[in-house]
Amino acid sequence: MKYLKLLLIIAFTLVLLFAASDLPYRGETSNQMNQEVSMTGTKVPGNYYIQEAYNDAHTPNIVTVILGDYRSIDTLGEQIVIFTAGLIVFLLLRNRKEENGEDNDE
Amino acid sequence: MTNRSPSPIILLGTRFLSPYIMIFGFYVIFHGHYSPGGGFQGGTLLAASLLLIRIASGTKIASLQFKDYLATPYAALGVVIYFGTGLLAMIMGGYFLDYEQLPIPGLEAADLRYWGILIIELGIGLTVMTVLTLIYDNMVKGEDYA
Repeated sequence: MKYLKLLLIIAFTLVLLFAASDLPYRGETSNQMNQEVSMTGTKVPGNYYIQEAYNDAHTPNIVTVILGDYRSIDTLGEQIVIFTAGLIVFLLLRNRKEENGEDNDE
Repeated sequence: MTNRSPSPIILLGTRFLSPYIMIFGFYVIFHGHYSPGGGFQGGTLLAASLLLIRIASGTKIASLQFKDYLATPYAALGVVIYFGTGLLAMIMGGYFLDYEQLPIPGLEAADLRYWGILIIELGIGLTVMTVLTLIYDNMVKGEDYA
């Protein structure tokens, strides 16, 4: 079992290294992620964001404009996820505390 | 656990440190337009300044700063600020969360977007701060001293 684990780790490392050897160089202009048109022939929105983010919102930080304006419904979802997590913790821990109190009384 | 009292040195140290962390949290929220940051990160820093006092002293002293029963309403208020901004823009004739239509007079469209982003970041910061405080308060309920 120990050797099987080791063998699996080595095999997985080899697969990752093989995949990493095929990655494009960082920052090269001919990469697909830096093109204005995607593989299917449609225009890429990132191009518009970089060119027009300051003119649209007068905000130098592009990330803030994307998260707060262009993708604001996604950010609303993130906020609701955090709110729901807080409510669930509140409800779960409050109930468990009451049960423990009853156990201590008996 | 009943007769323990908070150490005055630790309490003084945290009382000295907490406002600076809080100021830095507000800086991260309000300066998110120009540097890395925003509502989530700034809200976490604000929660850190509240939790520092809560860890160093008991709930009695910490409730002078932020009362634990206020956490859930404030978290809901943060969501309502965000959602209400989007709904207000939709009522004024635009799309949902289209800050261009917000009824603030005397501003052009790009500046309206600037202020709209700031309003929603404040809502996010309020929710993150109160939810993190709420999780800590519920976890230590009945276990802490003072």
